[in-house]
Amino acid sequence: MPRVSMRVNGAQVSASVEPRTLLVQFLREHQRLTGTHVGCDTSQCGACVVHVNGKAIKSCTTLALSCEGAEVTTIEGLAAGHDLHPMQAAFRAHHGLQCGFCTPGMIMAAIDMVNRLGPDLSEETIRHELEGNICRCTGYHNIVKAIRAGAAAMGGMPLAAE
Amino acid sequence: MAATGIGARVERKEDFRFITGRGNYTDDINRPGQAYAYFLRSPHAHAAIRKIDTKRAAGMPGVLRILTGADIEADKVGGLICGWMIHSKDGSPMKAGAHPALAIGKVRYVGDHVAVVIAESLAEARDAAEAIVVDYAPLAPVVDLATATEKGQPAIHDAAPDNQVYDWHLGDKAAVDAAFRKAKHVTRLDLVNNRLVPNAMEPRAAVGDYNAGEDAFTLYTTSQNPHVARLVLSAFTGIAPEHKLRVIAPDVGGGFGSKIFIYAEETVCVWAAKKVGRPVKWVADRTEEFLAIAHGRDHLTHAEMAMDADGRILGLRVKTRANLGAYLSTFASSVPTYLYAPLLSGQYNIPAIYAEVEAVYTNTAPVDAYRGAGRPEATFVIERLVEVAAREMGQDPAQFRRKNFIRKFPHQTPVIMCYDAGDYDAAMKKALEAHDVKGFARRRRESGRRGMLRGLGYSAYIEACGIAPSAAVGSLGAGVGLWESAEVRVNPIGTVEVLTGSHSHGQGHETTFAQLVAGRLGIPIENVSIVHGDTDKVQMGMGTYGSRSGAVGMSAIVKALDKIEAKAKKVASFVLEASETDIDFRDGKFTVRGTDKSIDFPSVALQAYIAHKFTGQQLEPGLKEGAFYDPTNFTFPSGVHICEVEIDPATGVTRIDRWTAVDDFGVIINPMIVEGQVHGGIAQGIGQALLEGAVYDKTGQLVTASYMDYAMPRADDLPSFTVGHTVTPCPSNPLGIKGCGEAGAIAAPAAVINAITDALGHEEIAMPATPQAVWKAVRAVAARAAE
Repeated sequence: MPRVSMRVNGAQVSASVEPRTLLVQFLREHQRLTGTHVGCDTSQCGACVVHVNGKAIKSCTTLALSCEGAEVTTIEGLAAGHDLHPMQAAFRAHHGLQCGFCTPGMIMAAIDMVNRLGPDLSEETIRHELEGNICRCTGYHNIVKAIRAGAAAMGGMPLAAE
Repeated sequence: MAATGIGARVERKEDFRFITGRGNYTDDINRPGQAYAYFLRSPHAHAAIRKIDTKRAAGMPGVLRILTGADIEADKVGGLICGWMIHSKDGSPMKAGAHPALAIGKVRYVGDHVAVVIAESLAEARDAAEAIVVDYAPLAPVVDLATATEKGQPAIHDAAPDNQVYDWHLGDKAAVDAAFRKAKHVTRLDLVNNRLVPNAMEPRAAVGDYNAGEDAFTLYTTSQNPHVARLVLSAFTGIAPEHKLRVIAPDVGGGFGSKIFIYAEETVCVWAAKKVGRPVKWVADRTEEFLAIAHGRDHLTHAEMAMDADGRILGLRVKTRANLGAYLSTFASSVPTYLYAPLLSGQYNIPAIYAEVEAVYTNTAPVDAYRGAGRPEATFVIERLVEVAAREMGQDPAQFRRKNFIRKFPHQTPVIMCYDAGDYDAAMKKALEAHDVKGFARRRRESGRRGMLRGLGYSAYIEACGIAPSAAVGSLGAGVGLWESAEVRVNPIGTVEVLTGSHSHGQGHETTFAQLVAGRLGIPIENVSIVHGDTDKVQMGMGTYGSRSGAVGMSAIVKALDKIEAKAKKVASFVLEASETDIDFRDGKFTVRGTDKSIDFPSVALQAYIAHKFTGQQLEPGLKEGAFYDPTNFTFPSGVHICEVEIDPATGVTRIDRWTAVDDFGVIINPMIVEGQVHGGIAQGIGQALLEGAVYDKTGQLVTASYMDYAMPRADDLPSFTVGHTVTPCPSNPLGIKGCGEAGAIAAPAAVINAITDALGHEEIAMPATPQAVWKAVRAVAARAAE
């Protein structure tokens, strides 16, 4: 089996994997980072979004081997202990989650949105940008509010926070 | 200390683990030495199984065991059950066909469970499943709901030769016939309540584990009611007696009803764990969920409403055909009967109601409760009828409703329910103002100038929540009681654990239940933990569905807290050397009336465990109390939702311009959480009305089996919502709670369709009102105008 190495949340990791191993399987099963979720098989729901080299990608349709040498950030890599990333704090403050299953992907997608488009996001922009993330619980109302607030809070931060 | 008691917008205690990726869902659980299960599913909607050849597959790398229906028979594993008995008009019991966890002799829908492969890895299990050779003899599939019981259709189950499960009715037919004879106007509608797939974002999963030393099983599963799962797996499936079977439902990523039921997959995982001597893990992929999870709705209804000359409703006649799919799921039989017809009176004073429901088998996935479960279907019937009746009689739809509102409580409807409290007019008034209905005519003109069509639709819904009392539901056929349990454990330092039989899968019980306890005992909310979802910790419970956890689950906690307070007062009386009757408890402090002597709650807890101030003969040490609560009635949340749409006649695209909801949930524990429940419910209702629909082709293939084909509501399909409340406390439970979990999904579809039909001036539009369907309706209106 081929070997793959990458940095995950700042730590160098490596493992021998079957070539068909997906990045999400590598993260969940080999690294036991179970915060990244799988909600569908067709790259639609976005529960699996992580950042690879600073960009949001769907880890359920990315081969682990294609991430050789990459810098990967997952939901577990955002907070320092209880010191939350502003986007995490905003999701809690605005009740942007209920069952929590889509939440890691939502937060990772939201941070990427701010990285690409800046901290001043309109409701319309956020709704449009969320087309790759499905939530069944919240009706998106509070997710949109949370992302607006989280983006504004990130405004005070350097854009490439990771 | 920030306000954390009842009514406060407390941030959720459970959120930290979810926003940091530390949730603990079933798929996150891995047991040492676990193997993986993969189910081979039927590609046919209806076929006899001649032979299953597993020989080549069994020899493939990593394969530990392949199990089929023959093993189910050999091990005498009991079939999956339907726990609610319905009797037909003629008194005969419903015709329930056998439902083995792995198919025996026949498959009955695409996705039915044919075999399971247990292997070292999921990939190996999947590879081996492809090598199993099944010799099928395909049979003609029964797919169409309207014709499923016609002569000449093949029987899906021997037990139901004409594919009819039951032919049930409720109400007074003669009284309704008499009402229609007096009517000056009759409104008639044919309605389709489209079939939906619940689609909780977490797919179902199960890990079965067997401890040979103890001869005991553990099942980790995505369940809304782990105790009911244990009961069924013990008493009916016979896998292990209850004291040898622990069921854990850890963090569960949404349920919406679909995780109430006991499915083949978890049954097989726990059974197979012993057979292979290894923990067995199964996780559904999304397509498996589409194929094999219990679907929702799927009704065909003809409804007629009789009015006098002023538009007062005289009678209602409803005939519904309900699709229950290929097998009866756990509570399938109750959904189109007792969760449906008793709500047909809506918010209205209707003297006579008669409903007939024929439930049928088809070669499609089982259909069972999905958010609202029967009540959305009833609301769609009555709220479409009143809207259309008002339009036909030239009356304003809001005024038509107000004229017919029930205004005196308690109100006994002709269909079982006795509404205990409500103020429907107050909600309507508030909604009319909040929505600026007065400005609608102006907004419509403005849309018209841009070539757009604007419409406004109401939905004044009622629902029955709590699904209790036990004796009442028992008399209607329920196989279980629908009480709830709670245990309050006070630790010596005054922190508290509350064990509840309710289960949270997004509802925020860890916060709202803690708000109740912290407020009552006068302790910081951080000092309260809510424990749920583990049959080894919580003795018994009935789980979460039917918006019952506030009204029933929290009431059980109140009852246990009453006992805690009574016991703590006794302890305080010994410590303070006063008579128990002179002790007051307020804001976390026990005081001796008329003195300055007092002691706080944590100190009393400590004294209860130290037990130095009283003897064992005077008082038992410790501070722990349990309670079971059985409600006195259903609860009746209600409200008015107003939907305003703008339609582009050139494309048929419907945009929801604004949405106003005014709900009466009785007393609200945490407004932030309640509003979130309303938003999510509305979104699912809008999904049903505009986007979603499970579609089988003529051969019984599910053509909407992924998110590529089944339109889930996305963020840009929905507006932001204006949500408000009125409050009439529920008199039927100690907190005055009614329940809020399903309201949005119940109210929304009728509001959307009423708005679209208002915009189009055309009543015939089926859900989902996709752009294509709306565009066709626009063309039909134009053609009619040209005639």
